[in-house]
Amino acid sequence: MERTFPTSSALSDAYYAGCREGKLLLQYCSDCQQPQFYPRILCSHCGGRELAWREASGKGHIATFTVVRQPVSPAYEAPYVVALIDLEEGPRMMSHIVNCDPEAVRVGQPVQVSFENWSETLTMPVFQLQG
Amino acid sequence: MGENLRGKVAIVGAADTPVGKVPELNAFELCADAIQRVLADAGLRKEDVDGLITCNSMSMPLLYHAEAMAEYLQMFPRYCMAVGAGGGTTFSIIHHAASAIATGMADVVVVAMADSLRSGLSRQQAMLVQSSTGHPQYEQPWGLTVPAYYALAGQAHMAEYGTRPEHFAEVAVACRAHAALNPAAQKRDPITVDDVLNSRMIADPLHLLDCSLVSDGGSAIVLTSAERAKDFPHAPVYLLGMGEGHSHEHISQARNLTTSAAKEAGERAYAMAGLGPRDMDFAQLYDCFTPTVLIELEDLGFCAKGEGGPFIVDQGIGPGGQLPVNTHGGLLSHSHPGNPGSMFALTESVWQLRGTAGERQLGKADVGLLHAQGGILSSHCTLILGREAN
Repeated sequence: MERTFPTSSALSDAYYAGCREGKLLLQYCSDCQQPQFYPRILCSHCGGRELAWREASGKGHIATFTVVRQPVSPAYEAPYVVALIDLEEGPRMMSHIVNCDPEAVRVGQPVQVSFENWSETLTMPVFQLQG
Repeated sequence: MGENLRGKVAIVGAADTPVGKVPELNAFELCADAIQRVLADAGLRKEDVDGLITCNSMSMPLLYHAEAMAEYLQMFPRYCMAVGAGGGTTFSIIHHAASAIATGMADVVVVAMADSLRSGLSRQQAMLVQSSTGHPQYEQPWGLTVPAYYALAGQAHMAEYGTRPEHFAEVAVACRAHAALNPAAQKRDPITVDDVLNSRMIADPLHLLDCSLVSDGGSAIVLTSAERAKDFPHAPVYLLGMGEGHSHEHISQARNLTTSAAKEAGERAYAMAGLGPRDMDFAQLYDCFTPTVLIELEDLGFCAKGEGGPFIVDQGIGPGGQLPVNTHGGLLSHSHPGNPGSMFALTESVWQLRGTAGERQLGKADVGLLHAQGGILSSHCTLILGREAN
């Protein structure tokens, strides 16, 4: 059994291509300048159709998290920490907190992105606790 | 604002199949069984029904589920559809059916839902199919189970309001105490807060006993106009208020992790009914996981925001409590067959309002509130039901 890989689309392929290069990409609207996540064909703030990729700082903090003790499938090794990360730029995204003691994770902790190769073609953006 | 539906439509039939482990009937057969039972309860022949609504099944998905059900029973409705999801959708569909009756598109509508998550799917399949509610590109790869998705809201509530695991546990204890009075419930042995806290951790802060059951089961109701409702064998139960609220589908996109669109759904339902939380003799609140009930109690105005935990401890939501919640035992202790889950809260409310709920019958049951949500605290619907149309 394999992990659930993201389904392919032009926008998700572009986003994950960024991850393969070690870049966490956000879409910015050329009209209202707002960033958004997840990627869309339009700006979810103003409806603008001109969107440009920009690299995020990769810094953020934990909005909430859980420690998954019973994995969704044998492809995932429990325990693992799933969190919602509020990025410095504003948008919120889901990810794993890696290289940590799951018991030490708290809401509000600062985190920094790093990248994890899941296969020869897939690199995922994960986060590590800071400080 | 269109014409108000308040008091115009009534529930005149309610029936459940056996729930829990029911391997002798598959999901489709359970649905047919529920329909036959509800027709008997309402004293109807199948020819009297001109509307049929079902939900799709996870264990036996069909492209045209309601149409296949009508064919199986040799019914020929003029209003027929299957809804794709459960939770709040189950209650949303009640106001769609009520609108159809009020506008003359149908006169007698059966809503029937069933599934076999326990016997029709392996444990692994049930887990995967339900967790597919996550975003396929930006959430599902992280390997969340459904409890893990809800745990994110529970943890946020703890961090924001100082809610403790004991508060969540009280919800499970109360639902089990109600179920102990219900011979139809899947789990009836009383539990304590310590039992919940000592049960296996599934996804922090949720223990095994903070999670709802995995069940087989089906349930159905019959709706008709208030005028026709007086001619049925049982006292009608009137739809007084209905309201929806939708804030997101994926939890990572939620407007707010601790305040849900139950707030808008509730406000809209109260406004239609001309009633408020203090008028409710009971509440059936969607309890897929214990934190959901706390958030719903707050967002529906039964207590102030953030005070769900203390409210449960001080006022009581179990039998004899100030606000009995999930008098049948809820998804936590009665049953949770997936999409049909909210139906059992609906049939239970009908029986409470009829005064036929047996040992668990409440002393006063004139008006009750029902709330369900689907997705991950995403899609909300509130219903208010009463014994009187006005």
